[in-house]
Amino acid sequence: MSTETLSTAHGENKVNYLNAAHGIKSWLLTKDHKRIAILYLWSIMLMFLFGGLLALFLRLELLGPGPDLIQAKTYNQLFTLHGAIMIFMFIIPSVPAILGNFALPIQIGAKDVAFPRLNLASWYFYIIGSGLAVYAILAGSVDTGWTFYTPYSTQTTGAVITMVFAIFILGFSSIFTGLNFIATIHKLRAPGITWYKMPLFVWGIYATGIIQVLATPVLGITLVLLILERAFGIGIFDPAMGGDPVLFQHFFWFYSHPAVYIMILPGMGIISELVSTFSHRKIFGFKPIAYSSIAIAFLSFGVWGHHMFVSGQSQYATLIFSFLTFLVAIPSGVKMFNWVSTMYKGAITFETPMLFTLSFFFTFAIGGLTGIFLGATAVDVHVTDTYFVVAHFHYVMMGGTIMAFFGGLYYWWPKIWGRMYNEAWGQASALLVFVGFNFTFFPMFIMGTQGMPRRYFLYPEKYQILQVLSTGGSWILGLGLLIMAAVLLHAIKWGKKAGKNPWGALTLEWMVDSPPPPHNFEQIPTIEFGPYDHDKVLVEPDRAGAVT
Amino acid sequence: MDTTGTFWMPEGSSTIAGDVDALFYFILWASVFFFLLIVGISVYFIIKYRKRADRPNATSQVAYDVKLEVVWTLVPIILVFIVFVWGFNTFMKLQVVPRDALEIKVTGRQWMWVFDYPNGSNSLNELVVPVNQPIKLLMSSDDVIHSFYVPQFRIKQDVVPNRYTITWFEAKRTGKFDLYCAEFCGKGHSEMLGTVRVVSSDEYASFLEGGPAGEAPSGQSLVAQGKQLYSNRQCITCHSVDGSANVGPTFRNLFGHEVTLSDGSTVTVDENYLRESILNPQAKVTQGFQPVMPTFQGLINDRQLDALVAYLKSLSEVEQVESEQVTAE
Repeated sequence: MSTETLSTAHGENKVNYLNAAHGIKSWLLTKDHKRIAILYLWSIMLMFLFGGLLALFLRLELLGPGPDLIQAKTYNQLFTLHGAIMIFMFIIPSVPAILGNFALPIQIGAKDVAFPRLNLASWYFYIIGSGLAVYAILAGSVDTGWTFYTPYSTQTTGAVITMVFAIFILGFSSIFTGLNFIATIHKLRAPGITWYKMPLFVWGIYATGIIQVLATPVLGITLVLLILERAFGIGIFDPAMGGDPVLFQHFFWFYSHPAVYIMILPGMGIISELVSTFSHRKIFGFKPIAYSSIAIAFLSFGVWGHHMFVSGQSQYATLIFSFLTFLVAIPSGVKMFNWVSTMYKGAITFETPMLFTLSFFFTFAIGGLTGIFLGATAVDVHVTDTYFVVAHFHYVMMGGTIMAFFGGLYYWWPKIWGRMYNEAWGQASALLVFVGFNFTFFPMFIMGTQGMPRRYFLYPEKYQILQVLSTGGSWILGLGLLIMAAVLLHAIKWGKKAGKNPWGALTLEWMVDSPPPPHNFEQIPTIEFGPYDHDKVLVEPDRAGAVT
Repeated sequence: MDTTGTFWMPEGSSTIAGDVDALFYFILWASVFFFLLIVGISVYFIIKYRKRADRPNATSQVAYDVKLEVVWTLVPIILVFIVFVWGFNTFMKLQVVPRDALEIKVTGRQWMWVFDYPNGSNSLNELVVPVNQPIKLLMSSDDVIHSFYVPQFRIKQDVVPNRYTITWFEAKRTGKFDLYCAEFCGKGHSEMLGTVRVVSSDEYASFLEGGPAGEAPSGQSLVAQGKQLYSNRQCITCHSVDGSANVGPTFRNLFGHEVTLSDGSTVTVDENYLRESILNPQAKVTQGFQPVMPTFQGLINDRQLDALVAYLKSLSEVEQVESEQVTAE
């Protein structure tokens, strides 16, 4: 910010956060939440590209039942990397660190987050963690699966310690982000933005922050114990050293199940924004949607044992975990019904973000409903650790979080860069992603119920037809993502200028310029209407850069 | 062996399968109903309330409806409660072993299954059980966590080192059923396959009388005994005798020949090399093959080793020439 100059004052170019300062240093030392969002954007998308290419390659290998391109050990390393990268380096930070960082402070009328330096530090922790993970791949790689189950993870060769340490560091990045948003939401809301005038995206990120702060330390502790066991032979999990391997699963899922909600809650927040904006209709059931996020955050801590119904844990534990698992399904269902009802008597338009929202309804409904099968203990015994589980969590994570993330990316893109993307190509990409996604993952449900175990390098020939369908789907999905990348990148340089409010949305970030000025607001904003008051206020979409 | 299953489920061949499937289909149809409801209503709204030129953007005020909210909260709660009780009830049937069950010990190890029968005999990768008889499996692992999974019986149970886990089933018909390892356990995970062979009780009795599988009746030549061991100790799964490469090197023309090891050194296959490779397979791995063979330490005695070595010798041309000379003399 130190190099702010007058050069930006001429002509139509107003000072915004992008042109307010120049040079690498102005980015690497920035404390502006919007610039940190951009830093996160490029680094996280790079990891997504990496994880995605791994997935495409794995699907290619699975085209035939035998060993086609690689050996078993390599296959095991690649699916481990795909999982670890996608979860710890892509999905967990994606929505909060990119879109949350960019939009949340503006949505509550703040100049920045509560702790701008901590915000920048979280990005450096992300970079160090991801860099270390890449180093671990080069230094022998890891073949444990992203779950690092003991005693396999203490006995196998490879750079397990480095990879686990990388994820330990990434955990701090996540904690910093969550902590920052909780403080920001509590302390920096502009006058008039009460809890019930706060956009639902902010509610979603708030609930996420609670889990990030409370659950991530447990992952950190677990990973440290794992490192101690592997490096110094201190027996904690490995029975050969007097440890208990199932204990690791309890510790691991105590974090990693709530982590599923770290991943989905921000996505649900985005969907709440998009469905209201593109239906031009007040959100139906603000409070149920808001409180269901909080309910999910708390219930999420009591369900970890549903990953362990066949692990040998006590039946009483299974009873309680199964019950709580069904309870946590309810708030998601409530949200779904409220979103769909929001479209009732609306004036629905079908820009790309809305297409992703509708995709989300379809795929997340399947993801949620198939969770019921897994919560039902007797059925879980048959389908757990099969492709059914793989399909289920891809429907929740990719069909849920990532669909919402893509929708959000298109939605806020004009705000981030001040330029519109090409709508027709955007819609085409959404359609391809939707079709490709379902072709890739729906066959896995059938393979799973038919008994195909997950993490199989070789597979019985009877599953080949479905495997081929799935691989074919992954190509359509890949094409959709390629087009999406092209559309978004093209928009940055060659897109038409976007106005303040291209969608006619009512949240605060659409009241400031696109791209926003360095400090978001010239003065403390006054609140004249709520974030979803489409029944009271009409804002015509503004794509020409004109002032409303 | 296979299958008269449905689109979703493989044939249910255990007594418990019907119960599990009934719940599965209840959830399936309830899910289909709710899915179609959500998607159907969405599609209806999309069409009916799409923005039209003749309609203003600002929308009429729709009152929030608390009754609706309560209904769509309570109805799913009731439904999932039914599924919860039903599911756990059936789960307990899967957990509680009938008293008259026949107990068989299962050991998982990287990467094979070992089954020990009550009379002291054992088998590898093939579990032989009588039909219409509850079978209790007492399971543990020698190394990492495995999972015993027979889709057609709808049973799965992790097999953990340093503790016993239990599952049970009662097969409804004779035949062969796929057994998978369902918990990731390393390089050989997807090859840790087995079979459950369900036979009549007479056949089961005679199987047990055969003694520990592979202890061939005495009186046979060592080569004949070795040939029998080759198939029932499951060497056959990975090693061919016709010269074709499989997971492991072929046994044809192996003995007496030089092989290159994974570290680039070479070794001539003799009796001691074979012995070491059976008891400690990771010690010297042939180049081009993965070190995935499990150890047979404790699963094979010295006499059986003699027999296997004799059989491998008989498959090698070098050795055959020599033995012919011996006979000629």
